[in-house]
Amino acid sequence: MSELITDDLVLLDVEVSDRSEVTRLLAQRLQAAGRVTDLEGFLGDVRAREEQMPTGLPGGIGIPHARSKFVTTPTLGFARVPKGVDFGAEDGPANLIFLIAAPDGAGSEHLTILAKLARKLIHQSFRDSLLAAAGPADVTAIITKEVLP
Amino acid sequence: MKLVAVTSCPTGIAHTYMAAEALEQAGRAAGHEISVETQGAAGADPLPPEVIAAADAVIFGADVEVRDRQRFAGKPLIQVSVKKAISDAAAIIEQAVEAARNAPAQPAGGGIAGVPAGPALVSKVTSDASTATKVRQWLMTGVSYMIPFVAAGGILIALGFMLANVAGGKSGAIDVTKIKLTDLVANFDPTSGMQWAALLFQVGVAAFGFLVPALAGFIAFAIADRPGIVPGFVGGALSVAVGAGFLGGIAAGFIGGFIALWLARRKVPKSVRGVMPVVVIPLVATFLTGLIMLIILGRPLKALSDGLTSWLNGMSGANAIVLGVILGLMMAFDMGGPVNKVAYTFATTGLAAAGTSTDAPQLKIMAAVMAAGMVPPLGMALATRLRPALFTEPERENGNAAWLLGASFITEGAIPFAAGDPLRVIPSLMLGSAVTGGMVMGFGSTLRAPHGGLWVTPLVGGIFPYLIALVVGTVITAVVVVTLKQLGRTPTQEPVAEEVLAAA
Repeated sequence: MSELITDDLVLLDVEVSDRSEVTRLLAQRLQAAGRVTDLEGFLGDVRAREEQMPTGLPGGIGIPHARSKFVTTPTLGFARVPKGVDFGAEDGPANLIFLIAAPDGAGSEHLTILAKLARKLIHQSFRDSLLAAAGPADVTAIITKEVLP
Repeated sequence: MKLVAVTSCPTGIAHTYMAAEALEQAGRAAGHEISVETQGAAGADPLPPEVIAAADAVIFGADVEVRDRQRFAGKPLIQVSVKKAISDAAAIIEQAVEAARNAPAQPAGGGIAGVPAGPALVSKVTSDASTATKVRQWLMTGVSYMIPFVAAGGILIALGFMLANVAGGKSGAIDVTKIKLTDLVANFDPTSGMQWAALLFQVGVAAFGFLVPALAGFIAFAIADRPGIVPGFVGGALSVAVGAGFLGGIAAGFIGGFIALWLARRKVPKSVRGVMPVVVIPLVATFLTGLIMLIILGRPLKALSDGLTSWLNGMSGANAIVLGVILGLMMAFDMGGPVNKVAYTFATTGLAAAGTSTDAPQLKIMAAVMAAGMVPPLGMALATRLRPALFTEPERENGNAAWLLGASFITEGAIPFAAGDPLRVIPSLMLGSAVTGGMVMGFGSTLRAPHGGLWVTPLVGGIFPYLIALVVGTVITAVVVVTLKQLGRTPTQEPVAEEVLAAA
C-alpha cells in the first residue's frame, strides 16, 4: 500500500482567500500524484460533504474530506495557512487543512489508517508539531510516524 | 463512572474517529472509564455486551442513525451531533455523568433502569445474557407490563361480582354479566347496586381485553425495541380473536418481535431509513404477524378445539372422577386459551341440557370446572405467602390480588406467574386443578352458575366437599410450585428475576 502522505502533498505557508481555493490547491497535488483521477469530480464530492456541514473544528483545523470514486488510494493532503482560512468553525479560521480522500467502497483495512489520522487530529501536541514543522519532509515524517501501525 | 459511546458521521472517515478520540480523552481526563464504538467506514467494532451492560450512561455523538441502538435501551442517554462531541467532549462527559447520577439506581450487572421514573418504556433485556436468560427476560418484560392489567381488570370484575352478590341476591353474580354495555350507557341508574356492579364488571372486562395484547406487545418490545410494539400488540389481539389465549399471545410476541428485529436489521436506502421504524417496520411486521396468527395458527387451533370438544363429548359416559381430572388439567393448562375454553364451554353448554334437574351430571361438571378454574390463582397466591423469597415484589403483590381473582373464578389471575416461568408454574397449576376437578366430581357437588366463583356459593349443591376440594387443590398447587421453583433455579438467576420485576 502506498504512503498516506508524501512530501509533494504538503503545502506549507500558503495564502488563500477561501476554503475552496485551498481545497483545490491540495486536490491538484493529489491529481498530480495520480491519487485522484478526476479533479472536478473529486472536488464536487468534497464540496457536497462540506455543504452538509462545514468541516472546520476547534483548534484551527479544517478537514475537507470525501469518499469518492475518483480517489484511487486513501490519501492525505496537508496545507498550512498561517493567516488562516475560514472553514466554518466556531472558534475562528483554520491554519491546518487536512484534505482527506478515501476511495469509494474501499475495504475497511484501507480506511483504518485514515481513522488513526483522524484520532490524531484531536491532540494539541500533534497540531503543535505540525504548526512548527520546518518543511514538507518534517510534516510527512510526523504524520507517518503517528499513523503507522 | 463507566461510560460507553457510539460515534458516527455521514462520510465515516474523519469525524467519527475524531469524536471517539475526543470523548475517550475527555472521559479519561475526568477519571472515568469509557469505551467508544466507531460506526465509520472502517467498519464498526461493536462494544462487547458486557461493557454495555456495565455502563452507567451512554453517549451518542452521531449525525446518522446509530446502528443497533436497542442494545443501549434503558440506559441514561446523552445524544449530540458528532461535531459537538469533538468540540465539547468534556462538557458532554460531564452531562453523561450527571445523567447517570440522576438515573434510577441500576442493579449490578443489569442493563435495567427503573420503569416508572422516565417517560421511556424500558425493556428488561441485558444484552450479555445467555439465550435462556434472554428468553426469560423477554417474557418478564411482557409480564411486568401485563400485571397492572390483570390486577386492575381482575379486581374490578371481582368487585362487580361482590357488589352484585349484595345487591342482586343469590343469583346476582350471574345477572350482573347479563347487563349489556349499551344498556349501561343508555340507562345507568346511580341508585341501583346492580348497575354499579355491572359498571365495575364491564370496565374490568375492558381492562382484561388488554391482557394478552400487552403481554405480546411488550415481549415484542423487549426483542425488537419500539418497532416491535405494534406487531406484538396486534398479534396479541389476534391471538385472543382466534382463541389462542396467552400462550398464543406469547407466540405472537415472539413472532412479531423477531420479524420486526429482522426488518430493522435490513440494509435499506438512505431515503427510506427515516420512515423504517415508524412506518415500514410496524406495517410489514404487523401484517406478517397477523398473517401467521390468523392463517397459520388459526386453523390448527380451530381443529384442536374441535377435536378436544368432540373428545370430551365422547367422554360423557366415562368415569366421573377421570373426567373431573381431565377438565381440571384443561382448565389450568392455558387459563383462557383454547384448551381452557374447550373445557369451560363443555361445562356451560351442558348447563342448558341439564334443564331443571338438580342432580344432572352436567351440574357436577360445572362445579368441577368452576372449582378447578379457581385453583390456579389461589394456589399461586398461597405460594407467594408460603415462600415470599421465591417471588419478586410485584409477583407478591400480584399474589395478593390473586386471592380475590381466584375467589372470583378469574383463572387469568395466575397468568403473570405462568407467563414468567411457564415450565415450572403451568404443571403445578394443572396438578392442583386436576385434583380439585377429580375430587369435586367424586363428591358429586353441583353448580348451576357458569361463573362467579365464591360469590355464587349459595348456588352450589354439596358446598362442604366442594370447598374441601378447592382447598386441597390450592395447597397442592402452592406446594408443588414452591418445590419446583426451589429445585429448578440456580442462585445466579435469582437476582435477575428480582431486578427484572422490581423494575416493573
